[in-house]
Amino acid sequence: MSDMTAITTILKQILNGLQSGSIYALIALGYSMVYGIIMLLNFAHGDIIMVGAYLAWLCMVRFALNPALAVAAAVAGCTALGMLIEKAAYTPLRSSPRLSLLITAIGVSYLLENTFQLIFGAGAKTVPPFFNAKNLSFGGVVLSSNAIVTIIAAAVCMALLTLLVQKTKMGKAMRAVSEDMGAAQLMGISINRTISFTFAVGSALAGIGSVLYCTAYPQADPMMGSMLGLKAFVAAVLGGIGSIPGAMIGGLAIGLAEALVSAAGLSTWKDGVVFAILIIVLVVKPTGILGRSLNEKV
Amino acid sequence: MDKVKTGGAVYRRLPTGLRYLINTALFALFLITITALADNRVISYSDSKVLMLIAVNIILAVSLNVATGYLGQLPLGHAGFMAVGAYTSALFMRSASAYPGQLMFPLGLILGGLVAALFGLVIGIPALRLKGDYLAIITLGFSEIIRVVILNIDSVLGFKLTFGAASLKNIPTTTTVFNAFLWAGIVCFIIHAMMKSRHGRAILSIRDNEIASESCGISTTFYKTLGFCASAFFAGIAGGLYAGYLGILSPGSFGFMKSIEILVMVVLGGMGSMLGSIIAAVALTALPELLRAFSDYRMVVYSLVLIAMMIFRPEGLMGSYDFSLGGLLERLLNRKSAPLIKEDES
Repeated sequence: MSDMTAITTILKQILNGLQSGSIYALIALGYSMVYGIIMLLNFAHGDIIMVGAYLAWLCMVRFALNPALAVAAAVAGCTALGMLIEKAAYTPLRSSPRLSLLITAIGVSYLLENTFQLIFGAGAKTVPPFFNAKNLSFGGVVLSSNAIVTIIAAAVCMALLTLLVQKTKMGKAMRAVSEDMGAAQLMGISINRTISFTFAVGSALAGIGSVLYCTAYPQADPMMGSMLGLKAFVAAVLGGIGSIPGAMIGGLAIGLAEALVSAAGLSTWKDGVVFAILIIVLVVKPTGILGRSLNEKV
Repeated sequence: MDKVKTGGAVYRRLPTGLRYLINTALFALFLITITALADNRVISYSDSKVLMLIAVNIILAVSLNVATGYLGQLPLGHAGFMAVGAYTSALFMRSASAYPGQLMFPLGLILGGLVAALFGLVIGIPALRLKGDYLAIITLGFSEIIRVVILNIDSVLGFKLTFGAASLKNIPTTTTVFNAFLWAGIVCFIIHAMMKSRHGRAILSIRDNEIASESCGISTTFYKTLGFCASAFFAGIAGGLYAGYLGILSPGSFGFMKSIEILVMVVLGGMGSMLGSIIAAVALTALPELLRAFSDYRMVVYSLVLIAMMIFRPEGLMGSYDFSLGGLLERLLNRKSAPLIKEDES
């Protein structure tokens, strides 16, 4: 192998890494925001992505709709589902021990996986491409247009989210509720609306994530959410759960690490490497890269 | 609580030795009955397989309960310890197949348990510095790493050890209904005795208030690691039984979902209740088998039950209640002897 092809391979893998990394980051944001506000590891989040992928498949294959409509349906469906799950399963448990909430989230995740398996069967459905674009080529280096679109879309979403959280009234309310729920309520912030809104935003990001994921791996199957969700979740913890820039950094780091491990020909080890990075970061900095540490109160 | 005076009457206690004798006798009777039923094919072969799985799951649930219910931590990597125990004892049993199985099987199980406990120590020391959800994630990470290592270790070693995704085959199937339940009973007894001891009380105090117990001079790091290692040890034993039950091991069966499955048993049964863990392990293993006819819907029903249970009874089936036969007998004994005197509620 000449030097040139080696460099091309590495560049390609870095691009792949950034692509899957931005998908992880989008999904990780959902985990992170929900954790920040109600301290719940929302295990059902990965399955919301699965639902999004099925919605896109339904629109495009069953109903032969325009891909743009399919994207809109996936995002809207995920948003509605996220809010529904929050209202039906998590609101009744707001004052229960956190472990009950966690088990409920696992229950919701099982429910979504098995319901979809019951309806659509265990086999994977092929999601057709959302758009046709030629791959770009720079002096022999071919860049996948899917990857570029994914990275740009993810970056735009994250920028919008940052604006939403930092500049709007609702964003301020979200930050206040995650800081101190009781005090926020005393200041006249509606807790229920804010939490609902957080789930909506997180699930919408998951919807976008599912569309982008389908451009990279054009398949929908009932169990796709669990490993994807787990990786994104690791990304959120790695970056510091509850922190929005942390989720982005974590997602990109995981995506790049996976791509580079695969490029080195060790793709069967990549899950192990992801978790090893997580463990090392947590041992050195127990709250993740950008996480804030809470002082122990006696 | 020795002889307690309630309203002038003496509360009579059963001697501890007698309590143990009654429990042992009842357990022996149960073992003999169930073995006789299985040997004479009153219980069909497939049902006796389910019974073995029930015993394995009882050990898993009860052992996770040590770390979750008694120590108050939330590890999500129990399947990892089970995998370590299963592979260790399977490899041992394969290489010791020339020796009598009755002798080698317990050795293999204990070896599996010890190696799992060693992993528990190595993982516990860094992991237990973290709290709550972070502990959950880091243990989950370790167990996934264990799975990936088992899957790929052969390519590093250069010879076949675990056979990776191709599964480790030809493990002597030495697990029977008798020894599975015998081990389940032994494990439950050891955990019960441990929790009634000074060390068990220290572990419980960490669950109730870590800062307070530390200020009372309890070495929280030591006892957390101890509890965690004990939990891993018994998970390793369960793994060994599982290997002998299945005769074939593949790393895929020790994924993250397995850990969740065990956690669900503990939480549904009631955290910190051994009886609850046992009931939940029996129910959650037997129910899917009974619902085979409705196999399409059973997982949907299962998840709905899980959600409903957490919404309507978040403390689990048993809460933290634990059944004690001796205690029940004592109450009966005292009621008979002094029926007119009301028992003091305070």
